[in-house]
Amino acid sequence: MGIRTIRLPDVGEGVTEAEVTEILVKPGDLVREDDPIAAVMTDKATVEITSAYSGKVIWIGGEVGKTLAIGSDLIRIEDETEGGNDTASPPAATPAQPAQASRPEGNVQADNCPLKSPPSLKVVENRPATIATAAIPPRAEGAAVLASPAVRARARENGIDLRGVAGSGPAGRITHADLDNLFQNVGQAKDRSVSGPETVETVKVVGLRRMIAKRMSEANATIPHITVVEEVDVTEIEALRAKLNESRGDKPKLTILPLIAAALVKAKETCPKIFARYDDEAEEVHYSTAVHIGIATMTEAGLMVPVVRNAQSLSPYQLAGEITRLADACREGKAKREELSGSTITITSLGPLGAIATTPIINKPEVAILGVNRMAVRPSWNGSAFVPRTMMNISASFDHRIIDGWDAAVFVQKMKTLLESPALIFMKD
Amino acid sequence: MTDLSCKVLVLGAGPGGYVCAIRAGQAGLDTIIVEKAAPGGTCLNVGCIPSKALIHAAEQFHTVAHAATGHSALGILTSSPKIDLAKTMSWKDGIVRQLTGGVSGLLRKAGVRKVDGEARILDGKTVEVQTADGLLRISCEHLVIASGSVPIEVPSLPFGGDILSSTEALSLETVPETLAVVGGGYIGLEIGTAYAKLGAQVTILEARPQILPQYDSELSRPVQARLKALGVEVHLNAQASLYANGVLQVKTSDGDLVVPAQKVLVTVGRRPVIADCGADSLGLDMQGRYIKINGKCQTSMREVYAIGDVTGEPMLAHRAMAQGEIAAAMIAGEAASWEKRAIPAVCFTDPEIVVVGHLPDEARAANADAAVATYPLRANGRAMTLERTDGFVRIVHEKKSGLVLGIQAVGAGVSEFAGEFALALEMCATLTDIAATIHAHPTLGETVQEAAWAGLGKALHA
Repeated sequence: MGIRTIRLPDVGEGVTEAEVTEILVKPGDLVREDDPIAAVMTDKATVEITSAYSGKVIWIGGEVGKTLAIGSDLIRIEDETEGGNDTASPPAATPAQPAQASRPEGNVQADNCPLKSPPSLKVVENRPATIATAAIPPRAEGAAVLASPAVRARARENGIDLRGVAGSGPAGRITHADLDNLFQNVGQAKDRSVSGPETVETVKVVGLRRMIAKRMSEANATIPHITVVEEVDVTEIEALRAKLNESRGDKPKLTILPLIAAALVKAKETCPKIFARYDDEAEEVHYSTAVHIGIATMTEAGLMVPVVRNAQSLSPYQLAGEITRLADACREGKAKREELSGSTITITSLGPLGAIATTPIINKPEVAILGVNRMAVRPSWNGSAFVPRTMMNISASFDHRIIDGWDAAVFVQKMKTLLESPALIFMKD
Repeated sequence: MTDLSCKVLVLGAGPGGYVCAIRAGQAGLDTIIVEKAAPGGTCLNVGCIPSKALIHAAEQFHTVAHAATGHSALGILTSSPKIDLAKTMSWKDGIVRQLTGGVSGLLRKAGVRKVDGEARILDGKTVEVQTADGLLRISCEHLVIASGSVPIEVPSLPFGGDILSSTEALSLETVPETLAVVGGGYIGLEIGTAYAKLGAQVTILEARPQILPQYDSELSRPVQARLKALGVEVHLNAQASLYANGVLQVKTSDGDLVVPAQKVLVTVGRRPVIADCGADSLGLDMQGRYIKINGKCQTSMREVYAIGDVTGEPMLAHRAMAQGEIAAAMIAGEAASWEKRAIPAVCFTDPEIVVVGHLPDEARAANADAAVATYPLRANGRAMTLERTDGFVRIVHEKKSGLVLGIQAVGAGVSEFAGEFALALEMCATLTDIAATIHAHPTLGETVQEAAWAGLGKALHA
């Protein structure tokens, strides 16, 4: 019998770690080759991991919510093959010892990793036991803070008072890992003792929700947003849409969304600056000739933004079909990594829930996001009388570091013009 | 009167001032530094560097002179050496010139403007400088006071003639036959020992009951033994009162003494230069006779900083340099504050003493669990080959955790341990960290690892 180790596979270019979102087996379970055993999520996609061996699960190297480095040991399986352990790695490490199941994480032997990534299991996730104690005063009042100059400098730059940080190193020394934990735990719900009838449910922020939280706060903290709201008369485009839908045959039904996407493509001719990706670390803005439109999509797990690639070469019907296909893929958790990245602008629409104005947060590293508000029939003065018109607001936010107020206003006016006179969308110069 | 203006104005180009100015210049701040003498301050011109040059020369001379007695254990035979002290001094001056020239170059490279002249503070934003070309008024946004310190005079023994401060003692052109040193602190001992090795009959007079009174007797004992071996007379509880006709009158607890002294070196301490540059007119909060600062080197007046000797003890160049960096960072808008766990201190006595962190008594007063682990140099092979086995390494630590609270050493050449000791303190090292670090063989540094092992109850070569 041999011990087989399944490691966290390289799920895509540039990804160095992934968060475990599901563990589908437990020690003692029998699995067959190709059985799904776990799911992990990178910042791009969720990936299902299947077993490469048949046998009995004897050890699990992660738990839901943990972030593991690519190449880390994930699960060990005892199989029926003769002798030896991992075909891919030296045997010394793992004689069959069920006791390993209780091995403390972060301490898994690191000597048998055949991948080029760092061979240790780097647990950057919160460690509940040690962190829970952070609420307790970690050292005696007035006692010196023990931390190396580099740790002290990092704390100083981040405004952290080390007197309140528990040190896990020798003699209570505060390490970089202690600060990592602190940063990860900021804002997480903590258990509180409850008196009386009130109960508080503590929900761990994991998976997609944690990713959304991280992305949103990053975008909101780093990007100075400017939001422009404009009123658009969509009577004509709605009439056009109704006509197209009447005679669509087996083509997909058009909502307003693909038409707005088409208007966006047209607007790029006048306002190319709005369609960009800003790498603020490198201080570079990347302008692509293609238009890749992110579509903010609600799923059960939370907000996802699949990308309609090369929207400039798609007809409204194709746009509609692609938007539907991507939304379904997201809701079923089957969207591929490349379908979730690379957008140059994003549309966010809540349909009938769209309110009269919103302040959308930019999908970093893009520089603009177009919010679509609710349509309503309103009285409009046409110069001699009030007439009923279908009105809809658009609320667009821009990265004010890159987009000046003037450019933002020009873009919003261009969108208004295109949506009010839809023929312009399809005019060629 | 000409007017200049700048963002940062640094008064004094000593180790604190020049570091602050270079850092400010590197940060792109428009910076002026004012200095009345050569850059480098006391340290480069009349302190650390010249005294080390003299100490080295004296040691070389002493080695040869010892060989000339026919008692060299190494079998070296030579005839009686002579020293041309004027030549020694010009060699020393060459080193000083090279270093001060280097500082000027660094200031220039950082884009710092240098104004030569004596500064007088008018208010927190304005300074008047008396230059060779007349009076200059400089206005600034941020003022950094780095005016340093000068030797303290004893009223009954005013400097001048044969009564020397350390400055003059570091530029004598002949070795005096007899030298009395008033004040047995490290400056007096360093220079006194050097002249003793150069052939002077040296007498040291210390008012307190111990030489190097800020350290414990365990540390000063090897130095005392060496002074005795060099024929230096040491009188404790001794007050020098009057000097006339080559004779110094001294009162001691055992009665009055008459000490013949061709020269008298007075080293009873240093006082900050505050009133001398008009800094007193700012009405800054004081701490004793020093300018009071917070952990960011800020004084009680907005945008006025103070660094170095004007801010108090320990008056050490490297403390001033670290403060200079903090002041510059603060002015540049960076987060900075004094978070050092230790300021190493080195006495270039013979043997040398290096002190980092808590002494045993200080540690015990603050921590009931404090313990001391010691390892002697006499068990070290390298020390034997250097003919100097006097001294020891001592690690003050917390027994339970092994956390290092302080490290001290006495021995020839141990000044170079200052870096390792300070690093251990700043990294919050434990005995295990030091014991588990390979210390190269054969070096004096092995004694540090041995002391750590001893502290862990696992002494190896003991």
